Amino acid sequence: MDEIANGTETFDCDVLVIGGGTAGPMAAYKAKKKNPDATVVLLEKANVKRSGAISMGMDGLNNTVIPGHATPEQYTKEITIANDGIVNQKAVYKYAENCFDIIQELDSFGIRFLKDETGDYDVKKVHHLGTYVLPMPNGDTVKKALYRQLRRARLLITNRYMATRLLTGKDGRIAGAMAVNTRDGTFLVIRAKSVILCMGAAGRLGLPTSGYLFGTYENAANSGDGYAMAYHAGAELSNLECYQINPLIKDYNGPACAYVAGPFGGYTANNEGMRFIECDYWSGQMMQEFFNELQSGKGPVFLKLDHLHNKTIEEIESTLHNVERPTRGRFQHGRGIDYRQEMIEMHISEIGFCSGHSASGVFVDENARTTVDGLYAAGDMASVPHNYMLGAFTNGRFAGEDAVEYAGSVDFAKIDEDQVAIEKERVLAPTKLEDGIPPNQVEYKIRRLVNDYLQPPKVTKKMQLAQERFAEVREDLKHMVARDSHELMRAMEVHSIIDCADMAAAASLFRTESRWGLYHNRTDYPERDNENWFCFSQLFKNQEGAMDLKKRDVDPYVVPIDDEEKDIYDKQRVEAQA
Amino acid sequence: MPLAHSPTTVPVTVDEEKCIAHKGCTVCVDVCPLDVLRIHDETKKAYMKYDECWYCMPCEADCPTGAVNVSIPYLLR
Repeated sequence: MDEIANGTETFDCDVLVIGGGTAGPMAAYKAKKKNPDATVVLLEKANVKRSGAISMGMDGLNNTVIPGHATPEQYTKEITIANDGIVNQKAVYKYAENCFDIIQELDSFGIRFLKDETGDYDVKKVHHLGTYVLPMPNGDTVKKALYRQLRRARLLITNRYMATRLLTGKDGRIAGAMAVNTRDGTFLVIRAKSVILCMGAAGRLGLPTSGYLFGTYENAANSGDGYAMAYHAGAELSNLECYQINPLIKDYNGPACAYVAGPFGGYTANNEGMRFIECDYWSGQMMQEFFNELQSGKGPVFLKLDHLHNKTIEEIESTLHNVERPTRGRFQHGRGIDYRQEMIEMHISEIGFCSGHSASGVFVDENARTTVDGLYAAGDMASVPHNYMLGAFTNGRFAGEDAVEYAGSVDFAKIDEDQVAIEKERVLAPTKLEDGIPPNQVEYKIRRLVNDYLQPPKVTKKMQLAQERFAEVREDLKHMVARDSHELMRAMEVHSIIDCADMAAAASLFRTESRWGLYHNRTDYPERDNENWFCFSQLFKNQEGAMDLKKRDVDPYVVPIDDEEKDIYDKQRVEAQA
Repeated sequence: MPLAHSPTTVPVTVDEEKCIAHKGCTVCVDVCPLDVLRIHDETKKAYMKYDECWYCMPCEADCPTGAVNVSIPYLLR
């Protein structure tokens, strides 16, 4: 395994889904269900059985809209306010209207949802305003349940191929994609009538404080390849300056899970054990308060459970130490931490792009369509703010159903053989060198620079310096050497990482205001400027092949927000009692 | 530029007595999201070839004989 084989393979399909984590499997499944005669292929860098963010399952659905507990209007309002007004409400509303159908479908797949004594869904309040969090008692089995459905539907799955670039036809519409086998370097050219990108967040952008390249919040395979591919295909990306920055267990760098502990009485606290924020829902405004508390000398910040009953803590442990990131238990055990005796130390994570928890993603409309004809995106990499796992499933369904319909109405776009030749040379270049710089060192350097210069609070001069340093490191890419196909995959990931780094700097410099709390806190423009900046920032590759940005209006709301409601998320700090 | 060899301790260990890779099992290699496990050419047992671990655990969870153990990477624990 891992020796470069030097072959090329090709195949055709109607719908190509790239990324087999969460959104991808659902998109492929729904495409096939809608048109059983269509050829639908699911391409995955790892193995669909255990790939992606939910490799080891998920403890709950964080953003359900269940009749009797929430309405699509309430949910759309909440996300609009949480995201400082800049959302495509149509897309959020459509998700809210349809996610309950997906919940019932997941139920039919064998996934259970917490019910109360009356048999009703036991939805928990975690967000600032409404009630949307629904625990899943067998959440560790989500991937297995999903995989079973893919097998039943006889979906074509191609594992261990890393997609590297999309192919576009003369008129700019989608023509297919190119990929490389991660175990033998075979180059793959896929002709496709439609492509759905479900490649996850850009999780290897900032460097975790541990310095360990793969100790990231996101599944470490999520290296931002989707963002880079969309960019190079000419698609627009929205609000990349709205970084993902999460409150995580220090050093372990995974979620402490206030969404799980909160309903049981756990809460985020400072070093005095005191609450300082009313709401533990992840938002830029909440993270800004987290940061402020750290600066005040009342840090670090902790998740406090030691005031809870032993049985309650046992129940919390049974979730946290078995689902999503089960090695949390080993970490705490190794440190001698017992939730009954001490608080769980937290810290502010490295930066990334994500629209599962934040709002930085490829621009999509309410049908998951990007600005490139025939190209779709869903899940963490598609800009429907705070869409989480249920959003990945629901928006993945919209993408699959729309893509297969689109594919039925078009012929294949002609593949440009020059594009193929250029890409094959770019991809295999590191294998042609006798020696050079290994990908892990180039990656460490880029990500360390991201930390130095892009971590908020953002400073204009620092971000400009970042652009100079990234340009210098970009020159080193041609010296990257890959000694086997595994290292070649890492080398291609480095290309995605530096593209994302450049995009993060460019987008942050473009928006000359502060918004979204810590996510886009610009020291040189500390105030929100709705007059000039109540809009999306759209990043794209221009005619000259350079990175460029423009504004895009926010569409008229479908759910109006009153003036008094607009800044509710800014008022999260616990007020001192008289 | 010539490359050096730098050692690192790996988070995933395999109990070779329990491992049945020599009988054709490749489960841990199949499921790893980072593709860092391999079957050794000589010992015919599974091992961690690359220190690029997300300490996620499918390798340990899916191993049919309980041969695989995941520790927290040294730099974090």
